[in-house]
Amino acid sequence: MITLQFVYVVTGIVFAAFAVLSARDRSNARRFGNAAFWGLLAVSFLAGDSLGDFGNGILVLLLVLIAGFGALGHGAPRTTTTDERRVEAQRHGNRLFWLALIIPATALIGTLLFKQLPMLVESRQVTLISLTLGVLSALAVAAAWLRPRPLVPLEEGRRLMDAVGWAAVLPQMLASLGAVFALAGVGDVIGELARDVIPTGSMFGAVVAYALGMAIFTMIMGNAFAAFPVMAAAIGVPLLIHGYGGNPAVVCAIGMLAGFCGTLMTPMAANFNIVPAALLELRNRNGVIRAQVLTALPLLAVNIALIYFLAW
Amino acid sequence: MLALLGIAVIVVGFVLRFNPLLVVVVSALVTGLGAGLDLVAIIEAFGKAFNDSRYISIVWLVLPVIGLLERHGLQERARQLIASLRGATAGRLLIGYLLLRQITAALGLTSVAGHAQTVRPLVAPMAEAAAEQQTGTLDDATRDLVKAYSAATDNVGLFFGEDIFIAIGSILLMKGVLEQYGIFLEPLQLSVWAIPTAICAFIIHGARLWWLDRKLARLHVTRTSP
Repeated sequence: MITLQFVYVVTGIVFAAFAVLSARDRSNARRFGNAAFWGLLAVSFLAGDSLGDFGNGILVLLLVLIAGFGALGHGAPRTTTTDERRVEAQRHGNRLFWLALIIPATALIGTLLFKQLPMLVESRQVTLISLTLGVLSALAVAAAWLRPRPLVPLEEGRRLMDAVGWAAVLPQMLASLGAVFALAGVGDVIGELARDVIPTGSMFGAVVAYALGMAIFTMIMGNAFAAFPVMAAAIGVPLLIHGYGGNPAVVCAIGMLAGFCGTLMTPMAANFNIVPAALLELRNRNGVIRAQVLTALPLLAVNIALIYFLAW
Repeated sequence: MLALLGIAVIVVGFVLRFNPLLVVVVSALVTGLGAGLDLVAIIEAFGKAFNDSRYISIVWLVLPVIGLLERHGLQERARQLIASLRGATAGRLLIGYLLLRQITAALGLTSVAGHAQTVRPLVAPMAEAAAEQQTGTLDDATRDLVKAYSAATDNVGLFFGEDIFIAIGSILLMKGVLEQYGIFLEPLQLSVWAIPTAICAFIIHGARLWWLDRKLARLHVTRTSP
């Protein structure tokens, strides 16, 4: 049976290759920093389960030390120039798109198909496994058609990986911070604060406090999933649903979407906001957030109005 | 209240632009110490959570494929294709992508697109190429703006499409939380209420993309006028 473990092993091997290729890249003055960073991630993926909790904690601290003190550089693997790429594009034509679409197409078919085959694929991890199979199929087709030398895909992957840099692990780090926040009871404290600021007797005030609370707490945690149970417990259920008799489906569903407006406005939602800025090589780390704020704020107002008018 | 110190660390750290990884770890230490945990317990909790959330970083597996395709001219081909289409503008292209992303996400197909899978290799180069045609030449600030809008459009499409699907994580979370309070709902009862916001998100973000086209057109005028 294909399990998540298979995905982790493949990912670990790719990171290990990035590490080795980084170490031999003399064009990068900080090549050993890069090698250590991607190497530690390879260890995490290949052997994380046998390191123990404390061992994994130390691994994280090492990653942070490397990134935090500027030991990560940019490798410069040889790639094609813009002119060469124009020629290649003319030569290969639209077939390049079909190759690019193998990953999403495999993810799509796999997600639909493997749910019917629980013997073959761990059913809870269908999406991640399909994504991995999509990558492997795309590489196989590309190897047969484009005939690159064996190390070329990994070198090209490393070029993009170095462009992303430390931002690559930020989403995983923030998820871990969320676990520490939960352990320390941060949510309960915020919930109490939110309850205190509601103007008593105003239903509209309660709706605004709930939706704004969802958005702001989501901005702090970087994740509406962390904010929702807290805001539901503080305002949503006791006040809006039980107190004023609002429709629970509306209060919850649109409250969650108010939280998503917060996700659009925070660097804490790194995989949506910081990682793409790195991946697209924007000069401003907050460029994506800037492009989203004027969508998020009007939409937040719309969500407040929708809860107010649809829940009663 | 001491537990909130960690949040202050996050805010100050991000504002002062320290390395975010460093900020996150310091915040975890401060939060844990404020809540009376000892240092070893905090490191263990963080390490366990990091190991349990490795699935988040799997997306980087796609980079060798994307890099190889870029080497063989994928982005250039995307540009050439857009350049051959008359009437293609960055705004119209992104409005089309927004609609596509919302619909596929609403069908539960959230991972068929994304920043690494589609935005970097396809959507952003196409939008840039269209913007180049609209403005004549694209200066760096405008190029970054168009790229940022491409990423933003992917996010808006995903966030305000996925909750229409009944088996997405957030719907199941809401169902679970409500059950703790003795309120029992079917996922479909929750997910239909994501539709009004999805429509408003399309209208608001679509209007901003239309506005982006107007901005690009103005740039063209200022540049070509004597």
